[in-house]
Order: sequence, then structure tokens, then C-alpha cells
Amino acid sequence: MSALLELSGVTRRFGGLRAVSDVTLSVAQGEVLGLIGPNGAGKTTLVNVITGVHPASAGRVRFAGEDITRLRPYLAARRGIARTFQIVQPFPGMTVLENVAAAAMFAGGVSYGKRARDEAMQHLRFVGLAEVAERSAAALTLAMRKRLEFAKGLAMRPKLLLLDEVNAGLNAAEVDQALALVRAIAARGVTVLIIEHLMKVVLSLCSRIAVLHHGELIAVGAPQTIIEDPQVIQAYLGKRYAKSQAGVHG
Amino acid sequence: MKRDAWIAVLLFALVALLPLSGEAYWMRLGTTMLMYGVLAMSWNFIGGMAGYPSFAVAAFFGLGAYTGAVAQKFGMPMGFAWAGAGLLALAFAALLGLALLRLRGHYFAIASLVVAEVLRELVNSMTGLTGGGMGLNLPIPAMASVDIQARFFFYAMLLLAAVTFAAMLLTANSKLGFGLRCIQQNESAADMLGVDTTLYKVSAFMLSGVFVGVAGAVYASWVYYIEPPDVFDVLYSVKAIVMVLLGGAGSMFGPLIGAAAFLSLEELVWRNYLQVHTGVLGLMIVLLVLFLPKGLLSLSQRLGRRKMP
Amino acid sequence: MPLLYLQILANGLVLGGLYACIASGFSLVWGVQNVINILHGSFIVLGAYLAYFAYLQAGIHPFLSILIAIPVFYAIGYGLQRMMVNRIIDAPVLLTLTLTFGLDLMLQNGMILAFTADFKKLVLDPPLGTIALGEMVLPVDRLAAMVLALALTAMLYLILSRSRIGRAIVAVRMDREAAALMGVNVPRIYAITFGLGVMMAGASGPLLAMIFPISPLGGPAYLGKAFVICVLGGLGSVPGAMVGGLVLGVVESFGALWFGPEHAITLSFTLLILMLLLRPHGLLGRKGYE
Repeated sequence: MSALLELSGVTRRFGGLRAVSDVTLSVAQGEVLGLIGPNGAGKTTLVNVITGVHPASAGRVRFAGEDITRLRPYLAARRGIARTFQIVQPFPGMTVLENVAAAAMFAGGVSYGKRARDEAMQHLRFVGLAEVAERSAAALTLAMRKRLEFAKGLAMRPKLLLLDEVNAGLNAAEVDQALALVRAIAARGVTVLIIEHLMKVVLSLCSRIAVLHHGELIAVGAPQTIIEDPQVIQAYLGKRYAKSQAGVHG
Repeated sequence: MKRDAWIAVLLFALVALLPLSGEAYWMRLGTTMLMYGVLAMSWNFIGGMAGYPSFAVAAFFGLGAYTGAVAQKFGMPMGFAWAGAGLLALAFAALLGLALLRLRGHYFAIASLVVAEVLRELVNSMTGLTGGGMGLNLPIPAMASVDIQARFFFYAMLLLAAVTFAAMLLTANSKLGFGLRCIQQNESAADMLGVDTTLYKVSAFMLSGVFVGVAGAVYASWVYYIEPPDVFDVLYSVKAIVMVLLGGAGSMFGPLIGAAAFLSLEELVWRNYLQVHTGVLGLMIVLLVLFLPKGLLSLSQRLGRRKMP
Repeated sequence: MPLLYLQILANGLVLGGLYACIASGFSLVWGVQNVINILHGSFIVLGAYLAYFAYLQAGIHPFLSILIAIPVFYAIGYGLQRMMVNRIIDAPVLLTLTLTFGLDLMLQNGMILAFTADFKKLVLDPPLGTIALGEMVLPVDRLAAMVLALALTAMLYLILSRSRIGRAIVAVRMDREAAALMGVNVPRIYAITFGLGVMMAGASGPLLAMIFPISPLGGPAYLGKAFVICVLGGLGSVPGAMVGGLVLGVVESFGALWFGPEHAITLSFTLLILMLLLRPHGLLGRKGYE
């Protein structure tokens, strides 16, 4: 499988602070990569750099063979990179249908009018929001808004979908639903990069996991290897715990 | 959209009957109302649909007025002068938009307000071309009678207003209009969804300038004497905004209704409170802003709202 | 001729001190509650009229008029905010600008009616003359005005940095919600801040009356300067207004020398637009609201 997204030495500085430091990572086509790390590790910043919201201070981002390091967000969107937001950002004054139609039109390249509307309905059915299509986006519950984010992401006809904490604020049943959705999306051939806190989600969903800590990539690999990696344990639970665990596991 | 189009045709047809009254006063009022309508509808492109608080109407108006006037002074026929004014306003809006539209909120508002002042000063100092502070006299249009002249300008403004309305209607029901709504709701989200925000905002700004520019040129020909503080008056910008606020949001006809309502109030004030008319105008503005129904206060949610066809 | 430049520079700095005073109140209101007070310029003019008539009819020296202006204008500002501006404090930029614009129209019209539209000039009798600093000549009235302006600005600065109210104001400017959670009565702070802003405007009136002619329509010119200074120096900070004021004063002085005084407005506005495009957060980089 070829690499769809390649990050080489990506660094992002804010003033003197390095939010992302020298990250080199490849995401293969069709895989589901988990991105984990303690709060403030730089995960969202990395996604912002990929999508063009913040330009990289150093390093390169290549997508489908093209250098997109300096590409503006709307162009990255049209190239096939879609993302959801940790704090959901619908267009509050517009209906659910219009929200998804916007995504279809501007990123997905569907023409204005009936075509966009129909396609939007399709995506809404896929995520289970068809009944609320005409409701104002601001009137939705949190769980439904998260599903709206999914629908918008899908409407963008992405090659790569970046999911940022889609499960924050959801209860267990809602998390399971979201999980099923992500699996279905991945089954369609969309490459997924998922930022996640819930280990059960990451472990069951991802073929590989990348770990960020203080902006640096400290580990990449299969789920089982990652959870036993002493550096990872140290990052989450501290040096002493890691040492004690190392002692336990030899 | 079809329904709105038919209502508009009816409305404009009715207004077109006004000159039959034969009263010069009503025609003057009607022409002014149509001009105000153009200003209000134009502002709606950038202020209502895109959500950028522009105070640039005065700049475009004055620019159009002087472009048209100077062109006519050099012998250009009126119609061409007007078209030229529109084109210059369009180009100016494009350049200005590219420069200013990366600012948001207050900064954008102030910058757009300041542009009119700068233009006024510039025009003031170019005494050779524009007559500077002494004003500019235009060639008086050669028409059969005063009445014919009044009708001519009335119909000219009517045509301009109709064109502006058509542009507004078409934009609102197009991908551009939809994109502008997205920008107004949440610009960075729109950007992430693939909307070329710069292109769309500048387009809206250009639309907000071109018809105002032509209106300025028509106005100049109509009154055949202009001076800088007269046509670069920031009050034009404020009036455009107030008219849209007054007419209500959410309907294509809001700006026109607002223009009609505002003009009526203004005429009442002019006739009865000549000495204090700016003060009373100010009071009107204050009352409008303070007592708009609660719903309209969340302006950003409501203005320019349009369902997809 | 270096002496000429030194003289121009000195003139510019003196002017700048005055400008800083004018702008500091305006900048405070904008920075703390995101309201652009279009009335600011006209309040300056009103203060100038106050000093003019006080001198003419009661022989009260403009310097003393400042002391009268302080409580009077504070009360006006506080009341205005409480009654009107507060109602739309969270409304879009558009509405607050339009509201204060409407109020300004009313104030200007009122002043035209009350004082007539001709220019008035406050001439001190006996005049204060000039003072020689080395080879430079500075008019004493301007110098005194500058000193007083700086004193007023310093007073504002002290209020903001030393008093409890001042700390609360700065807290609200930094983070309104957090301040509210800390127990700060935000609407009251808004009213106080607005009062302080208008107070600074009204109190600078007498100073300007000593130097420039007074006209009821002179407000917008001062307002324009205040805008430029805010953009130059950043919002909501007195040091910022100081820097911005001095820069503007010097730019205007040299601009008058090189381009002629008629172009002062164009010059300062061009500077404004350039700053907005290149460094919207001001020379000092202080972040304000949008």
C-alpha cells in the first residue's frame, strides 16, 4: 500500500513554543491510524498543519504525492482532506441538510441545487440523521452534532479523513455508534487518522498507533507494541510507574 | 426565487407608474427612494450576506459621482460616463477588497469608513481635475423640458434599482450566495469546507460597489453640481445600514422596504425639523438600534438568509 | 538643517502628548468592552466649549476647567453606558457603531444649536508666550497643555494599575468570563470604563481649547486621530496610547513640513490603513478584540 500522507520533519512553532516538533510519519492508503498522546501533546496542532490552518514552521507535508505544505485550507479540502472538529462547528443558522450540502458543494465538487441536496440526504441517511434534515443545526443534541460532523466530512468526498476527538462528550452507547460509523467509513476505502483519548476505541479500530508527547513523535506501531512501550507509559503515567512496570514485566 | 421575481416585477411596474402623477415633488422623492434602494441592496451583499460590517458605501458613491462628472466634463455622453463610473467602482472595489477583507469586525469597519475620508481629501486636492473644494459643475442635460428631465432620471434610477435587485436575487440563489452565507455563519469552517473565502468576499464587495458607483454617477448628472463633502458623506454608508436594519432581515425585499420607510421618515423630519434634522436623524438611528425586535439583534443569524431552491 | 528638524520633532512630541491623552480613553473603552465610541471626538469638543465659556463668562482658567470636566464627563459617560450602550453590548460591531454614530449626530446638532457653527478660539489674557530651550522655541501654552495631558494620562494609568477598580477593569479586558467568575460585576465595570473614557475626552477638551479653534463639527477629526493612535499603539493600554500618540504627533509634524498641513488627515489615515494591513495589533503588539 502506498503512502497517502507523508509528514517529514514537520515542526510548528508558536512564538518560542514548539507545539509540534520534527514529526516524521507516513499514513498508508486505506489504513486507520490512531493518534494519541496526553493533553497538549500537539495532536490538534498537527491536524491543523496538515489541513493548512497553520503553516508548518519547518518540514514538508505530502499528500498523494503532492507537496501541500503551503496549501490554503480550502484547497486542501478540495484535494480530498476532510476533518472534523473537536468542538463541533456547524453553521448554526442553517439547516442540517444545508450544512451537509455546503460540504458536498464546495469540497465535494457537486453542483449547486438539487444534486447537492440529494447527495446531502444520502450522507444524512448513512449517519442516521435523515429525519432531522430540515431542523436548524443549532437545535441538535451533542451526539447528533457529532454525527453531522461525520456527514459533512463524508460529503467532502475525502481521500483522507481526520477525526479529532469525535467521542468527547458522548456516552457509552453513543461511542459504540460512532465506532460503527468510523468502521463503515473505513470500509468504503477512506483513509482515516483518528485523534482519540479512549483506548478501547483506538485499540479496536486502528491498525497502527502514533504517540505524540510534547509535540514529538515518541512511538509508532501496532497497538499491542504501543501500549507496552515504556516511553508511552512514561508519557501518560509518569516515570516511576513506567519503571515499576518495567520491573514487573522484566 | 420565481415568486420573488414576479413580486418584484409587479412592484417595479407599480413604481414605474409614479411619473403619471405629473408632480415634480413625487418624482424627486421617487428617484431618491430608488437611489436609496440601490444603496441598501448593495450594502446587503457585503454586510448582510457576507456579514462584513462595511462602511464603504460613501466611498463608492463619491467615487462614482466624480468619475461620472469628470467624464462628462470631458465630453463623454452621459450613459457612457455612468457605465465608466460603474466599471471604475468595480475595479476599485476589487483592489480595496483584496486589501481590506482580511480584516475582521471593527478593524474592517473602520478601514472601510476611513477610505471615504481619504478619497474625499484626495478629490479635494485634485483641484485641476475635480474643482476641489469649489465643487464641480456638470453639463446640464439637453432635454426638452424640466418634466422630461425629471422623468428621465426617475426611469434611470428605476432601471438601476431593478438591475441591482436582479443581481441580488440571482446571487442569493446561487452558489456564491450560499457560500457567502457559510462565510457569514462561520468563516473558518467555510474555509475548511472548501469555500474560497477570498474570492467570494471580494466578489460580494465588488457587487456592493458597482451599483453604488453607477448611482453616484446618475446622482451627479441629476443634480449637476457636486462637491466632495456632499458625495463622500459617511452618512450615506450609515443610511444604507440603517435602511437594511429597518426593512427587516430574511426577505429579498427588506432593503427596498427599509429604503422606502427610511425616506418617508426622513422627509417628515426635513419638512418639520429643518434646524435639527441631523439631530432627529440621529435620534431615529438610536431608537432603531435600541428597539429593534430581539430577533433582529442577532443580526448575523438572520440577514441574507435564503433557503436553497 | 538639524535645528529645524529638532524643532519639528519637539513640536511633534508636544502634540503627541496631547494626542495620547485624547486616545487613551478611547482605547480603553474599545479594548475593554469592544465598543467604538464615535462620540469620543464630540465629547472632546464639548469639553473645549465648557472651558471656553467658563473662561469667557466666569474667568475660570482652562486648567481649572479640567477639574470641573472630570466629574461631569465621568457622570455623562457612566450614565450613557448604563442607559444605552449596555443594552447592545453583545451585539455585532455594526450595531454599536451605528448607535454611537446616531448619538454623535444628536450631540453635534445640539452643539450647533447651542453654540452656533462658527469657530471659537479661547485666547488667554495675558497670553502665556513662548519659552526658549536652547535654540528651540516652544509656546508655553502648548507645553503646559502637554504636561497636563501627560498628567491626566498618568492618572488614568495609575487608576488602572493601582486601584481595585482598575485591576477589575484590566481583568475584564483580559478575560471577561473569568473576571465574572472571580466575582467582578462586569456591567458595572463596563459603565465605569465608559465613564473613564468619556472623562478623558471631556478633560482633554480644555487643553485642546487653548491650542486649536473650536467647532461643533470638529469631533470626527479628533476621532480619526484616536483611531489611528489605537491601531498604532494597540488597544486597551495606556502605554500603547502613549506610543501611538507620540508617533502620530511626530508623523503629523514632519508630514506638515514635507507635504503641507492640508494633507495631515490623508497622511494619518494612510498610516492607519497601512498599519491595519501590516500590523493590526499595533506597534506594541498588544492584542485587542477584533
